[in-house]
Amino acid sequence: MNEYTPILVGTVTKYVVVESFDITPADLAVHAYEISQGVMIKETCFGLIINGKEDEVDRIIAELRKIDPDHIFIKDRGFPPGDSRRCRANLGGARPGYHGMEYEMTVIPYVSHGLKELKNRDENTIPAPENPREDKTLDIYKLKKMIEALES
Amino acid sequence: MAKIFIYPSTSLILSDMVARYGHTPLSSAVAIRERIQTAGFESAPLQITPEEPKKGLKWAAVEVPSGVRGRMALYGPMIEECEAAIIINHADLSFGCMGCARTNELITFLVRQKDVPRLDLTYPKNEDEGLKFVAAIKRFLTGLGGKQ
Repeated sequence: MNEYTPILVGTVTKYVVVESFDITPADLAVHAYEISQGVMIKETCFGLIINGKEDEVDRIIAELRKIDPDHIFIKDRGFPPGDSRRCRANLGGARPGYHGMEYEMTVIPYVSHGLKELKNRDENTIPAPENPREDKTLDIYKLKKMIEALES
Repeated sequence: MAKIFIYPSTSLILSDMVARYGHTPLSSAVAIRERIQTAGFESAPLQITPEEPKKGLKWAAVEVPSGVRGRMALYGPMIEECEAAIIINHADLSFGCMGCARTNELITFLVRQKDVPRLDLTYPKNEDEGLKFVAAIKRFLTGLGGKQ
């Protein structure tokens, strides 16, 4: 076994994912460069990857969020940007973990809609979503309707 | 500020929502980062060493495959540390081989066994469900003392 010497110890890496009609990853990258001090910023197809000291990364992210709060999403990342163990350039094909993010990108427009609506509405007036743990039984009236639809 | 365990642990949406409403998300990236930034023997790609399945014995029995025990070495401490949990049920992205699938079952089981506030959801499929999804998370997190 070889010895392992970690790089960028004591730093954090965060994804900034943008799903907006108004802002592109390039716009975000320019803005991030303008306000950054001593962090590493990588522009990607879905947004940015920012690496640096936690305080500085959090400050930049807080500023970036203000641009379009309902359409910018943040997540932690374990590896630094461009790490050869994870980077698509070295592995070929999509980065491991991208498929999960790709799936969530299809759901994010609904979440963005929810965030936007909640600005003007009280969350306590909105009904709770269905509990996925509850056993669903077929409603008798729904069954009758289905039978009638098939028979007609 | 409470520590919230999220499942799926790689979820971008949950991680963002928890941080947005003023809490700390406990996601797999944080556990991986600890290992990536710790010196030792090289064990690419995730720096999961043969020590991890031994640590996983705390949450899974010795006859459980080492893949499950190794994964539990990442998730087990987070489940013990969490003060609340948000679980997305039937997530399309949360599937995999025997190691991943059984670990996922064990994670949700352990979270449900733990006596902490828990929110069970599914991914929204339209805008109306999206609004209910966000409102439910906001209610849950502000109830724990987060940002309004």
